[in-house]
Amino acid sequence: MKAAVIVFPDSNSDRDVQVALRQSMGSEPVMVWHKDSDFEKVDLIVLPGGFSYGDYLRPGAIAANSPVMKEIVARAKKGVAVLGICNGFQILTEARLVPGTLMRNANLRYICRDVTLKVETSQSLFTNKYEQDRPIRIPIAHHDGNYYADDDTLSALEDRGQIAFRYCDAGGNITEAANPNGSQRNIAGVYNETKTVLGLMPHPERLSDPKLGGNDGRPFFDGLVEALS
Amino acid sequence: MSSAVANERPVTPEVVREHGLNEDEYELILDIMGREPNLLELGIFSVMWSEHCSYKSSKKWLKYLPTKGPQVIKGPGENAGVIDIGEGLAAIFKMESHNHPSYIEPYQGAATGVGGILRDVFTMGARPVANLNALRFGSPDHPKTRHLVAGVVAGIGGYGNCVGVPTVGGEVNFDASYNGNILVNAMTVGIAPADRIFYSAAAGVGKPVVYVGSKTGRDGIHGATMASAEFDEDSEEKRPTVQVGDPFTEKLLIEACLELMATDAIVAIQDMGAAGLTSSSFEMASKGGSGVELELDKVPCREEGMTPYEMMLSESQERMLMVLQPGKEDLARGVFEKWDLDFAIIGRLTDSGRMVLKMHGEVVGDLPIDPLAEASPEYDRPWEATPPQDDIDPAGFTPSVTAAEALKRLMATPDLCSKRWIWEQYDHMVMADTVARPGGDAAVVRIHGSNRGLAMSSDCTPRYCKADPERGGAQVVAESWRNLTAVGAKPLAITDNMNFGNPERPEIMGQFVGCVAGMKAACEALDYPVVSGNVSLYNETNGQAILPTPVVGGVGLIDDLDHIAGAALPGPGQTLVLLGETRGHLGSSIYLRDVEGRREGAPPPVDLETERRNGDFVRAQIREGAVTACHDLSDGGLAVALAEMALAGDCGADITEASSAEDNPPLAAWLFGEDQARYLVTTTRAEALVAAASAAGVPARVLGQTGGDRLILAAGEAISLADLKAGHEDWLPGYMER
Repeated sequence: MKAAVIVFPDSNSDRDVQVALRQSMGSEPVMVWHKDSDFEKVDLIVLPGGFSYGDYLRPGAIAANSPVMKEIVARAKKGVAVLGICNGFQILTEARLVPGTLMRNANLRYICRDVTLKVETSQSLFTNKYEQDRPIRIPIAHHDGNYYADDDTLSALEDRGQIAFRYCDAGGNITEAANPNGSQRNIAGVYNETKTVLGLMPHPERLSDPKLGGNDGRPFFDGLVEALS
Repeated sequence: MSSAVANERPVTPEVVREHGLNEDEYELILDIMGREPNLLELGIFSVMWSEHCSYKSSKKWLKYLPTKGPQVIKGPGENAGVIDIGEGLAAIFKMESHNHPSYIEPYQGAATGVGGILRDVFTMGARPVANLNALRFGSPDHPKTRHLVAGVVAGIGGYGNCVGVPTVGGEVNFDASYNGNILVNAMTVGIAPADRIFYSAAAGVGKPVVYVGSKTGRDGIHGATMASAEFDEDSEEKRPTVQVGDPFTEKLLIEACLELMATDAIVAIQDMGAAGLTSSSFEMASKGGSGVELELDKVPCREEGMTPYEMMLSESQERMLMVLQPGKEDLARGVFEKWDLDFAIIGRLTDSGRMVLKMHGEVVGDLPIDPLAEASPEYDRPWEATPPQDDIDPAGFTPSVTAAEALKRLMATPDLCSKRWIWEQYDHMVMADTVARPGGDAAVVRIHGSNRGLAMSSDCTPRYCKADPERGGAQVVAESWRNLTAVGAKPLAITDNMNFGNPERPEIMGQFVGCVAGMKAACEALDYPVVSGNVSLYNETNGQAILPTPVVGGVGLIDDLDHIAGAALPGPGQTLVLLGETRGHLGSSIYLRDVEGRREGAPPPVDLETERRNGDFVRAQIREGAVTACHDLSDGGLAVALAEMALAGDCGADITEASSAEDNPPLAAWLFGEDQARYLVTTTRAEALVAAASAAGVPARVLGQTGGDRLILAAGEAISLADLKAGHEDWLPGYMER
């Protein structure tokens, strides 16, 4: 498998996801500078976390209109797998590769902490190493992760199995108390219709190493490598 | 003073006063210049000789602090201190205050404080790997406190999170003495190859002086002068002197500078911090024994019509000054253009020993460099020692509430409650190397790509420093050393951030002198030198001074991350062992203050030999895997340490048997006394641990066993973890969201 990590001005989790990919791939992902829209053919494109273009205007809005994103949208439409984590998810929504939008957290504050997530299905490139419905512990770190879409869209997403992860309690229950940021229906991550594009607010790359206090992110990357190799 | 002072304004005695210079200082300026300075030159003297930039009241005493050791690569005098951490790497770190701006405009004041300290570290070639902070706010009842906490925390997070450097630790206290003068001290730790450290000394006639980063605006003019004066009711009017931060540009600047630093293009580099272009250019030329000529019309400006005075004194953020190797200009320009940052050659080095400032070809300022930089005033201010306080005899003390009730209350006080509400607003995990997150004795950050780590913490106990500055100064250093030891690190060096009131008052100067004396003794005894620091004086409003607050930021090394300790109780069935001697020292304790309402008594004595012996023993036991958890004892003594460990591990404990021992001091003093040099550990091999302690001359006492969902302190003195947790976790969110 070949993977590319796109580096925007003020991507700040590009190295973190590079490390996690390297660990699962056993080889180096390509780091692609945002001005380089002519990058090599890869099986997976990752939009990392951070504050691309300083989050000015709206998180992800400027990056979504950058030249490299035109190329990524074109490749995504041809079926290349695209993963957007945190700011990457915000860029994906702005580029309309996944539905919905990410608003300011309901408490209006930045939140950095571990949350528990329910894996809605293990039938995807990204989740095949997880057990369906078993809660996993992954950190979030964002100011704008409050997922919003209108009710019709949300119901359609549920009907088509496009919800990837939901915030849940330790027992796997979807509760209001387990929802850190006010997201509609506790949504933490969504797929596009073909489940080849995933956007999620939590950072699996931050708990892919037992030394950092947890390893629940590791199967995410191991599963991707297995599915795309 | 107004930021729009016209350049042509004549230099009258009133203008001299407005610039914060006294008559003697102005006489010295006339001597050095050999003529009357013009307004631009006067402005430059004013910032260079401000307390903030010149340390004129403090340098006489700072000289006493030990700054050397085999681990020190570069001590005070550069942008930050540099220490050797082995395997060809160096840690570069410093702490700096942004107190005055943060009181006036908490979000931007705190944010730019973080930005400034980051630049101090990456300007030396280090990639910043961690931020910490030490915050002190006024009484929770004061009408401004909530607003200031919210703004400062959001500002620190807003900047650090965006730049992508984890904020891994810090401390937060509340005290009425900070009502009109909060403290915001920010620390950055970076890592660099030990053979590629960049310094500010610039030499080599004709070499180009280059400006990079953001454009210069009219913000922050005379910030350094503001930081060197007391506050009054009109301080709000100083809001325009607070700079505005842009963490996005800072992130680009970090990446661009580190990219250029990987080449051999840079001769010298210096960030534009306090006093902006003035101090950065002076510092580079002065240290390199050079002269410098600047063409100010080439400075990238945000607005049209800026005067030389404004350009030289602006404190616009995210700017750096470099001297390049001739011929490397295009290489450097390419790097900065890649990152969409301004790049301008604004001058060159000369051999004149003077700073010559030109605008449109005309000389608008001409000053001698060394006399100005070196002849800055140094004051031996009169000082008075703080009168000592009496000890409080534990035997003669009658508690007003039960021990369980006292513990419950203490754990829910503003100073001891959980600060989760704050640190969850900081990204403390970005860079994916945070091994020990906020909330413990010290944060632990892995050295990227290795199994080694750096431990770091920030510490100060201002109430001790107030009651007995010398003892308090020693305790600050000892506690820092202990916090690093408690996670298993070898403490290497400190940065200090000396926050005090008006040094022109002898009792305040006495606090400063006393604290320095205590710190000196502790640094020497613990081989824990000062490698960088910052002094913030005049922290007073309407004559009301803050508590003396010499904050210490410590950095230690962990050789093997498989052998570290955390504070959380690891589970049931383990034995609790208290290391160190307990006499029940209640003077200046947090128990006496917050439970009994008494602010009195001598603070605990600090026996540095004992500190060292006990700490070295604990560290060795952690490395050998003999202890399963470790926590240092500080505010609130044994009971609070135990409660913190229990809550962190969600596991109870029973120490009834030990608490009823005959030779104990009375229960409250035994539980809440703040005797120093103590650690609480858990182990599965208590007998061996106690024997090893005895052999090392370290007092060790088995306290009891872990387990259950309650803390049982003594017969009839039990408290459920759920109760403790509710008070501990709810106070701060309850206060902030009220």
